[in-house]
Amino acid sequence: MNKEYNPFSLEGKTILVTGASSGIGKSIAIECSKMKAKLCVIGRDIVRLNETLSELEGEGHRALQFDINENEKIKSFISELPELNGVVHAAGIIKRLPLKFISKEDFNEILDTNLVSASQVTRELHKQKKLKTGSSIVFISSIASDFASIGNIMYMASKGAVNSFSKGIAFEFAKSNIRSNVIQPGMVVTNLTKVINDKEIEEDIKRYPLGRYGTTQEIAYAAIYLLSDASAWVTGSKIVVDGGITLR
Amino acid sequence: MEQKFITLFKEAIDSENDQISMDTRFRELDEWDSLAALSIIAMLDEEYDIIIDGNKFQKLETLSEILNYISENK
Repeated sequence: MNKEYNPFSLEGKTILVTGASSGIGKSIAIECSKMKAKLCVIGRDIVRLNETLSELEGEGHRALQFDINENEKIKSFISELPELNGVVHAAGIIKRLPLKFISKEDFNEILDTNLVSASQVTRELHKQKKLKTGSSIVFISSIASDFASIGNIMYMASKGAVNSFSKGIAFEFAKSNIRSNVIQPGMVVTNLTKVINDKEIEEDIKRYPLGRYGTTQEIAYAAIYLLSDASAWVTGSKIVVDGGITLR
Repeated sequence: MEQKFITLFKEAIDSENDQISMDTRFRELDEWDSLAALSIIAMLDEEYDIIIDGNKFQKLETLSEILNYISENK
């Protein structure tokens, strides 16, 4: 045997990860580097982004400070990227408000970051032919698209839209042999979780059949599958990684 | 100030309860739930420019305590 059998290897693949300065995006970058991918990590906060970069295994990774909401700069930003084999859209924000307090500005802010900016990054990557044949696009969505929680209307709507968007481009890009899939995590411990108080978190954890919240690594493992050639025949799908919460 | 706060409080949680006063322990109200809590937090932001996190809000018990929090954090 020359090489160890590993259908999930990312060796020889270059992967772009947005929202890589923290949370799920950071974990995905780190775990992909352990599977031998070359990473381009994008985030708004260069200090934290460089922390991510320092935790990546192997050589040849790049950290690029960029706010994906800066629409007018996307084109030139994308033009500086190398050719890619995969993209993970992990940049996302949450804001919990009851409907009567939701302004158009609030809604636009959430939709811009969670949906529209990801769509524009994808569009430019495709237009500039940065996505090689066989590429895989992964969106970090949420079970929130299908399951309501108090005050989560904007986030829910944005993630529902992401699910549909992914299906749309899966269909549109299939003839280029570019795949698009969604990961729907249940509650994972990240900074986004801190908008809820500790007591509510304790109560919420009790509702999870597997008895705990997920870790960012456990979401990253699903991303590795979708980025690897092991999922070459998987497109337009949604993978739920949620400790069983949606069994209820 | 107090009357205005009581009005905003009641509007936020959709309550027409005339018994609500500055001394009311709001967590004991029938209409109190997690949506009400989130609504008060949102109202504080919208009306008073006060951003309070869930853990700090959890420690407040009466309307007076909320109003004190507002004046201390203005």
